[in-house]
Amino acid sequence: MASQEMEQLVRREYKQGFVTDIETEMVPPGLNEDVIRFISAKKDEPQWMLDWRLAAFEQWKQMEHPEWAHVNFPEVDFQAISYYAAPKSSEDKPKSLDEVDPKLLETYEKLGIPLHERAALAGVAMDMVFDSVSVTTTFKEKLGEAGVIFCSISEAIREHPELVKKYLGSVVPVTDNFYAALNCAVFSDGSFVYVPKGVKCPMELSTYFRINAENTGQFERTLIVCEEGAQVSYLEGCTAPMRDENQLHAAVVELVALENADIKYSTVQNWYPGDEEGKGGIYNFVTKRGECRGDNSKISWTQVETGSAVTWKYPSCVLKGKNSVGEFYSVAVTNNMQQADTGTKMIHVGEGTRSTIISKGISAGRSDQSYRGLVKVLPGAKGARNFTQCDSLLIGDQCGAHTFPYQEIANSTAQVEHEATTSKIGEDQLFYCRQRGISEEDAVNMIVNGFCKDVFKELPMEFAVEAEALLNVSLEGAVG
Amino acid sequence: MSLSEYTDQWLSAVMPQVSEGPGWLTDLRQGAVEQFATQGLPHARLENWKYTDVKALAKRDFSLPKKVDAAELVAEKSLGVQGLRLVFVDGLFSPELSDLGDLPKGVNVLPLADNANAAKTVLGQVAAANFSGFTALNLASWQDGVLIDLANNAVLEQPVYLQFVSTAQENAVLIQPRILIKAGVHAQATVIEHYSGAEEAASFSNVVTEVDLADGARITHYKLQQESAKQYHVASLHVQQQRDSRFTSHNICLGGKLARQDIQVELNAEGAEVYLDGLYLGNGRQHLDNHTLVNHNAPHTNSNEDYKGILNDRSRGVFNGRAVVHRNAQKIEAHQSNANLLLSDKAEIDTKPELEIYADDVKCSHGSTTGQLDESALFALRSRGIDEAMARGLLTLAFANEVIDRIEIPEVHDQIEEAVAGRLPEKFNLKGLV
Repeated sequence: MASQEMEQLVRREYKQGFVTDIETEMVPPGLNEDVIRFISAKKDEPQWMLDWRLAAFEQWKQMEHPEWAHVNFPEVDFQAISYYAAPKSSEDKPKSLDEVDPKLLETYEKLGIPLHERAALAGVAMDMVFDSVSVTTTFKEKLGEAGVIFCSISEAIREHPELVKKYLGSVVPVTDNFYAALNCAVFSDGSFVYVPKGVKCPMELSTYFRINAENTGQFERTLIVCEEGAQVSYLEGCTAPMRDENQLHAAVVELVALENADIKYSTVQNWYPGDEEGKGGIYNFVTKRGECRGDNSKISWTQVETGSAVTWKYPSCVLKGKNSVGEFYSVAVTNNMQQADTGTKMIHVGEGTRSTIISKGISAGRSDQSYRGLVKVLPGAKGARNFTQCDSLLIGDQCGAHTFPYQEIANSTAQVEHEATTSKIGEDQLFYCRQRGISEEDAVNMIVNGFCKDVFKELPMEFAVEAEALLNVSLEGAVG
Repeated sequence: MSLSEYTDQWLSAVMPQVSEGPGWLTDLRQGAVEQFATQGLPHARLENWKYTDVKALAKRDFSLPKKVDAAELVAEKSLGVQGLRLVFVDGLFSPELSDLGDLPKGVNVLPLADNANAAKTVLGQVAAANFSGFTALNLASWQDGVLIDLANNAVLEQPVYLQFVSTAQENAVLIQPRILIKAGVHAQATVIEHYSGAEEAASFSNVVTEVDLADGARITHYKLQQESAKQYHVASLHVQQQRDSRFTSHNICLGGKLARQDIQVELNAEGAEVYLDGLYLGNGRQHLDNHTLVNHNAPHTNSNEDYKGILNDRSRGVFNGRAVVHRNAQKIEAHQSNANLLLSDKAEIDTKPELEIYADDVKCSHGSTTGQLDESALFALRSRGIDEAMARGLLTLAFANEVIDRIEIPEVHDQIEEAVAGRLPEKFNLKGLV
């Protein structure tokens, strides 16, 4: 493909860029104990929660900003960020969709998420997060019948303190890393899922995130607990409107799987990536970790990452239970000036633990993308097994693709394999399609989609369709 | 004491060496002293030293080497390679044990301490002083070594055998050889660096090798490290390649209590290619660390890397292979593979094959495996009446042989194979088979 043509194609506009004008209630920028007290009070939190936040804040102040990732961005001024914003109508929460602020619904319409339709058709319950406060929850009653708790984390802190106390911070400790500590101190809202013993969650749970108010950071906190033999599939998707200031997003997600439990966590991430010059865009510094505590438990992460200016994200699995399984499937697309340092950690602690890592990176424009992964087999992990494959596709000669796979193996019966390739789209593949009358754009699209197939097939059906469309939009220009 | 205090201690130990040699050299050394003083010894917070802690080494007191007679030890450890032979005892050149033979026209092989001026335009040109604290320390205070200077079109048929022997000394010695290889246009040579020593030798070898290949030059380099189990060994090999040149490295790492080998290759012009072969075999509490870095700075350059590791007992292996394809370096092929066998549950391997790519028209791959022997191969041997232990031994040796078999000098090939077989667990019962 001629480079000029390519360049022309690389140009694309963020289709989901718009700001909904809803009065938001927000605290002035800055971070101190008062802000944390304000957030906690706003959420009607018990004292123990506030103490926990303050302790985390103390820890955070001692910590240094991490510099090891292969990304480059101006220093974040934590005092210039506002740590709380809530849609105004939060005081009297709507009970049903009809009561929801029509402007909000309009926003979702623009994003192509016809909530009621989707909910009805796909049987999906959504705990939508608009800026920081839960706005509406659907199918709650149906879930209640099954004994599944699916609510905002703030509600969980009030209604189910014993569960939150037991599990919050038990997978990602407060001091885990800089951004996790920050999240502990200021997290505004997020989702809580609890699936009791032996229950198979009757529907797929889904949350749509959206950053909306100018200059507010989004500090989500998600906690999912699956008791013995329980099963849940959770979907998370995000989009954000266009603006110039960089926004910080530092979420923490914790998953706990007890004996024979099965958690599937899928993400489509499409935060605003910044413009062609890399101006604006979200900083996405996320800590996601799941712990397979019980024997034969399973945690599976699937992610499609197309957005954010800077991404720093490693969904991980700690495989403690005997024969527990960890999976990581990822498609990451970077274009223009985007930077992504993403991957996973698989920590094999228990006997017979197995993990699979499939990572597909597509790098276009002047973007930079790294796969950073750790496979660690501890001495006790007899017969542990890992297979890793990470492939990178380069589009254009100004981008970068890097692989940093760490393997630390201390058991002689472990079997660990890692494979990685980096290449561009094969001329022969293109030629093959072209000579059958397929246009260049379509051919490239086909090849890229084929390249990602291994990951897309892991996504829940309705998500897979969306992901494929998203991929095409993200690379619109770069490949077709 | 902290690492920086140890750094100071080391500096004062080597200071007498810094003033040795002609004026330009003492200036160069002085600069390196400052570099070492600022950089200090590497610590575990540096990504490149994450898995290798040099604190135990830093703590030790070392003195500078003195001339000792070690004819017997040298004869015992020699690989008996036909050709030129330079012997260094505790890092110092030993003329009476060496044989410089008749050199063909255009070839110069010079012991470095007595011929420092001849190396003025070569020394420190390929290896940056700031590569690591150890490189700086070597430049500041190397004691001896060799300059192999090949004029344009000069071809050295026979290998140059550099034998380094460490003796058992009451006070541990700091041995710092410097090896310089300069190959002119279309020049060819094979160089063997062989390190071994008395069983009780507990010194520290800090080696720096620089190789400069002009257009079309071909250098084959062997690094055979068989130091004693008490010895510390840190070495870096720096290579710079011009158009259509080819460099081949065979790196066999068997000895040492702590051994660290760095290899850095700069492919600076079209058609340059490099082959990196390596084998590390750890026993006891050995710590063996291999780091390689290939920089593809120009289009149409190729690299191939194959490293294999066998780790037994409580040994620990570290492998880090890094290939970087720089902007505009198109039409690159870079392939890397690292395979490991753990023979014991106390052994550990930390491996990281890295790719860093800034160009799109490339074919790059890396693979890394850690696992067990092929069960079906094991079955095939057992079905022919070979007991399980020996079958495992044979297959383990075959695994190592994939690297050993690429050694082209018969004496070296046979003795390395024997040494590897001898270092595998006794239960494998390989004696007499190799």
